[in-house]
Amino acid sequence: MSLDTVDDVLVESRGEARAERTRPVRSTIVDCDVHPTVRTAKDLEPYLARRWWDHFTTYGLRPKHGNATADPYPKAQPRAARRDAWAPNGDQPGSNLAFMREHYLDPYGVECGILSPLNPTGQGDQNIDFSIAMTHAVNDWQLDVFTRLEPRFKASIVIPYEDGEASAREIELRAGTADFAQVLFLTRTSEPIGKRRYWPIFEAAAHHGVPVALHVFGYSGHPVSGTGWPSYYIEEMTGHSAACQAAVASLVLEGVFERFPELKVVIIEGGFGWLPSLTWRLDRHWQKLGAEVPGCRRPPSEYIREHIWITTQPIEEPEDTADLIQTMEWIGWDRLLFATDYPHWDFDDPMRALPRGLDPANRRKIEAENARALFKLG
Amino acid sequence: MTEAILPAGAIDCDVHPVVPGIAALVPYLDAYWQEMIDVRGIEGFESRAYPPMAPMSARADWRGPDGRAAESVEPVRRQLFDQWGEGGAILNCLYGIQTIHDLSLAAAMARAVNDWLAAEWLAIEPRFRASIVLPLQSPELAVEEIERRAADKRFVQVLALVMGEQPLGQRAYWPVWAAAERHGLPLAIHTGSAYRRAITALGWPSSWLEDYVDQAQAFQAQVGSLVSHGVFNRFPGLKVVLSESGITWLPAFLWRFSKNWRGLRIEIPWVERPPIEIVRDHFRLTLQPIDAPDGATFERIIDQLGSDEMLLFSTDYPHWQLDGDQPMPDWLPAGTRRKIAVDNPRATYPRLGEVPSGGDR
Repeated sequence: MSLDTVDDVLVESRGEARAERTRPVRSTIVDCDVHPTVRTAKDLEPYLARRWWDHFTTYGLRPKHGNATADPYPKAQPRAARRDAWAPNGDQPGSNLAFMREHYLDPYGVECGILSPLNPTGQGDQNIDFSIAMTHAVNDWQLDVFTRLEPRFKASIVIPYEDGEASAREIELRAGTADFAQVLFLTRTSEPIGKRRYWPIFEAAAHHGVPVALHVFGYSGHPVSGTGWPSYYIEEMTGHSAACQAAVASLVLEGVFERFPELKVVIIEGGFGWLPSLTWRLDRHWQKLGAEVPGCRRPPSEYIREHIWITTQPIEEPEDTADLIQTMEWIGWDRLLFATDYPHWDFDDPMRALPRGLDPANRRKIEAENARALFKLG
Repeated sequence: MTEAILPAGAIDCDVHPVVPGIAALVPYLDAYWQEMIDVRGIEGFESRAYPPMAPMSARADWRGPDGRAAESVEPVRRQLFDQWGEGGAILNCLYGIQTIHDLSLAAAMARAVNDWLAAEWLAIEPRFRASIVLPLQSPELAVEEIERRAADKRFVQVLALVMGEQPLGQRAYWPVWAAAERHGLPLAIHTGSAYRRAITALGWPSSWLEDYVDQAQAFQAQVGSLVSHGVFNRFPGLKVVLSESGITWLPAFLWRFSKNWRGLRIEIPWVERPPIEIVRDHFRLTLQPIDAPDGATFERIIDQLGSDEMLLFSTDYPHWQLDGDQPMPDWLPAGTRRKIAVDNPRATYPRLGEVPSGGDR
C-alpha cells in the first residue's frame, strides 16, 4: 500500500485511523523530535553525585519562573501528552521503552528517533553547578535507558548552556560516542544565542561535526514577548516560533556562521512557516544597515540557506495546502526534517501531517533523507 | 510632481513628525511642568527606538544640514504633497512618551505632544491628520487624554508602541479600547518599545538592526493577545492598524495561531472563530516596510492573507524605507494601488471624511 493510498483511507474514515496506522507502511521516517522522560525523578539518582541528588530532592528544579513544580502556563492536557501515551503499567508518556516500541517506533515505521529530553534536565536552572551536574546525568541516563537498548534511538547531548565552557566540556566528553546525534539547547536562552558567551559551544560542536539543535521552550527569565508576559498558554505556545525567530536573527547578525563555517543548526518544534519572512526581513534591513554588524558579511539569507535545518512539527495548516508547499519551496527541500513530537498532544502523524500533493521525491527528503545526511545515519 | 503612480486622494497612513527637542514642547506644558523642565534640567524623551542619526531614522536626502528630519511642516509638505501628490497623511509622532516612568509627567508630555501636533502641524496644513499619543503607562490617564482630544476630528486614531507595559489584550487596557471605539478611533500599534524589558524572549540583542528585525515578534504577540483576550467580542467596532510592522510574517503566524486555537480553544472559549478570520475583520497593516523580496512574492503573501482590505498605503516618511522618487512600488497593479491608497484608508478611518483631495493648495 502506498503512502498516498494510506492517506486516502485515513481521510475517508477517520474513525478507523488507529487501525490503519498499525498496517505496514512503505517508507520509514527519521523522527527528529522524540521526548523521553524519567518514570520518576529517582531514575536519575544513579547518575548524580550525592550532593546534587540531595539538592534536587531538597530544592527541586529552579528554572526562572515562579511555580515550584508546575509550568507557569498550565497545559491543555495532562503532561501535554497524547491521552494514549501512558504505558499499561501507568508509566508516564515517553518513559517506558517497551511501550514506546509498541506504540510508536514500530507502527510509525521509525528507523531513527532523535531524543530531545526536556524535563527534567536542569537546562536553564538558576544554579549553574546543578545545571552542569544534571545535564551530565541526563546524558548518561539516555545511554543506559534508551540508546544502548534500542538502536533506533539516538541521544542529544544535553548541555548546561548558560555556561559556555562547561557545555563545551560536556560536548568534548560525548561527541565521540555514536549514540549522540546532536547538541541540544532550549531556544529561550538568557541572552540572545548568538552572543559570545555561547561561542565555546558552537566551537566544540563545529569541531566535532555535531549539529546544534534549538528546541522551543526554556525559561530565560524574559517574557516570551518583548511587551510582557501573556495571559494564556495559547499565547505562550504560539510565541515559541517568535523565540525561534529571535534565535536565528541573533546567530546570523552576530556573525556566528562566519566565525564557525562548519556549524549546522536545527530548529525544533517551532514550525517553519516563519522562516521565509524572517529571512526576507533580515535581508532587506541588512542591505541598508549591515555596516553595524561587521560579523555578518553576506546577505543573511545565504547563512540561513547554508546553516539552518528546520523540523516540520507542529506543521502549519494554512487554509490552502498549496501555501504550505510554497513555503517549503522557499525554505529549500533539503533543509526540512520530519518530526512527530511523540508523545506530546500536538504529535504529527507521519502518514497524515505532510501536505497532499507533495512531490514524492521531496516527501522522501523530508521524511528521512535530509536527516540521514545531516546526522550521518546508517 | 512625479508621474502619477499614486491615485488621486491617496492617504499616507504612517508619517513621522519629529519633535525638535523638549524646548518645542515647553509652551504646551502647564506652569508646574514648565518649571520642572527648567529646574530639574530635564533633557527630553527622544526614543532609543529611532536614534535621530541612525540610518533608518531618516533618508539621507530628507535630512537637514544638522542631520535631522521632519521637524517642521514645510519639508514634509513639500515631499508628501508637492512631490508625491498625496491627498492626505496621518502623523504618528514617536516621541518617547511611553518610556517615561513618572505617570504624571507622561500624561503632561502626551498632552504637550498632542497640542503641539494640533497647533504646529494640523493647524498649518489641512491635509494632515494625526494620531493621539497616549500615556499608556496608565490606562486611566490614557482615557483622559482621548476624551480631552477626541472632539478634534483631525485626530483620527490613537497610537501605542508595540512594546509597552503589558500585552495590549489585557483587561487593564479595556477602558482605553472602549474610548477609542466610542469615538471611532482605530488603534495604531507602531514599531517601537518602551524598553521596559528585553525585546526578545532571549534577552537584549546587540545591534539596532537586530532590534528592528525582532520587532515583528512583538507584533505577533500583540495580535495573539488582542484576539486571545476576546477584545473584539467586547469592542466589535474596534480596528487595529499595525504600523511599520512589516507584512510577510502575518500569514504564517495566523496559520500557527489558528491551528493552536483548534487545539487549545478550551482555554479561551469566548474566541469562537478561527483567529485568522478575526484578524481579517479587525486588523490592518501599513505598507512600509515592504519586507518581501519582490513583487511576485509580495502578491503571493497578500493572496495568503485572503483579503484585499487589509493593507493601507504608507511611506513611513522620513524613515528610510523607500529609495528613488516613487512613493509606492510600480509593480503593484493599478487596482491594488487605488484600493490600498484610497479605499482601504477611508474604510478604516471613519474620521477621514473631510480630508481635502490632493492639489487643493
